[in-house]
Amino acid sequence: MLHLNLNGAPCEAPEGTRLQQFARDAVPEADVVIRNGFQTAEDAELADGDSITLIRKGELPPQDVLEHMMAARHSPKVHETVKRARVGIAGLGGLGSNIASMLARIGVGHLVLVDFDVVEPSNLNRQNYFVSHLGKKKTEATKELVGQINPFITVETHDARIDASNAMELFGDCDIVVEAFDKPDCKAELVSTLLSESDTIRIVSGSGMAGYESSNTIQTRKRMSRLYVCGDGVTAAGNGVGLMAPRVLVCAGHEANMVLRLLLGIEEP
Amino acid sequence: MRVNDEQISVADSLTVLELLRQKEYPLTRIAVEVNGQIVPKAEYETYRLHDEDAVEIVCFVGGG
Repeated sequence: MLHLNLNGAPCEAPEGTRLQQFARDAVPEADVVIRNGFQTAEDAELADGDSITLIRKGELPPQDVLEHMMAARHSPKVHETVKRARVGIAGLGGLGSNIASMLARIGVGHLVLVDFDVVEPSNLNRQNYFVSHLGKKKTEATKELVGQINPFITVETHDARIDASNAMELFGDCDIVVEAFDKPDCKAELVSTLLSESDTIRIVSGSGMAGYESSNTIQTRKRMSRLYVCGDGVTAAGNGVGLMAPRVLVCAGHEANMVLRLLLGIEEP
Repeated sequence: MRVNDEQISVADSLTVLELLRQKEYPLTRIAVEVNGQIVPKAEYETYRLHDEDAVEIVCFVGGG
């Protein structure tokens, strides 16, 4: 007898069972067949320990099935670790709004989103918002988008300006805080405050991602014992050097991947 | 002492603030760590540096 896992629950099948027949018998309405994290149309013979996800296209599966699917794709240990994490995002502009989406997609279980602003037309060139969000609070718009990606993530929002006086109150219980501000003095203040007032919080920050210089100049560097800085370190937003989607999103990707690595216990940038 | 991986010689008991001024860092856009410990902004003026200290100064640029 083969011991399998189907949509998150243990099940058995006789030796020699083939994947597609098993799928048709187990969940006849399923039209997506995923074996060990990979979607496949192949009719392979099942092996002991296989993890099978059977779902319908065009339909949100229940939480346990969605999580089983993500665990199969990301590996169960990674999925569990990431799901337990609490990550704060300071600022929901070009970096923060896109990082929030990526962290939602990898299944970070708890997000603390903080911004004081509303979505306006000049944000649409790089920030993860749509015309329908114009005038809406960025915290609300990002919370809505996170819910569209994974409705089972806990999202805490604060419509507030962050400074030295409230940073710990907002982010004190986070494992990692993503610094995603626009202004350099705000970046410096947040980093100094959190690193001095907390003994545990790690910060992943962004510095230098404007313009359209080579993507390859953007790097992740470990700059302090609990501070990682992503970006080229020099290209500030300014007259004639605007913030544009490609490099901002390259940098956002660096920040999100460093968050993931830290959550998984990897400290190398 | 070492400042951002560069070996430099300065007067003993220089304060963090004096080092930052000497190196012309923009005071509002930086974070400073000495020997793995962050130095809060309020202590720049009183925190004294000594031989063999490792100082890391991160200077942020705008955009996000």
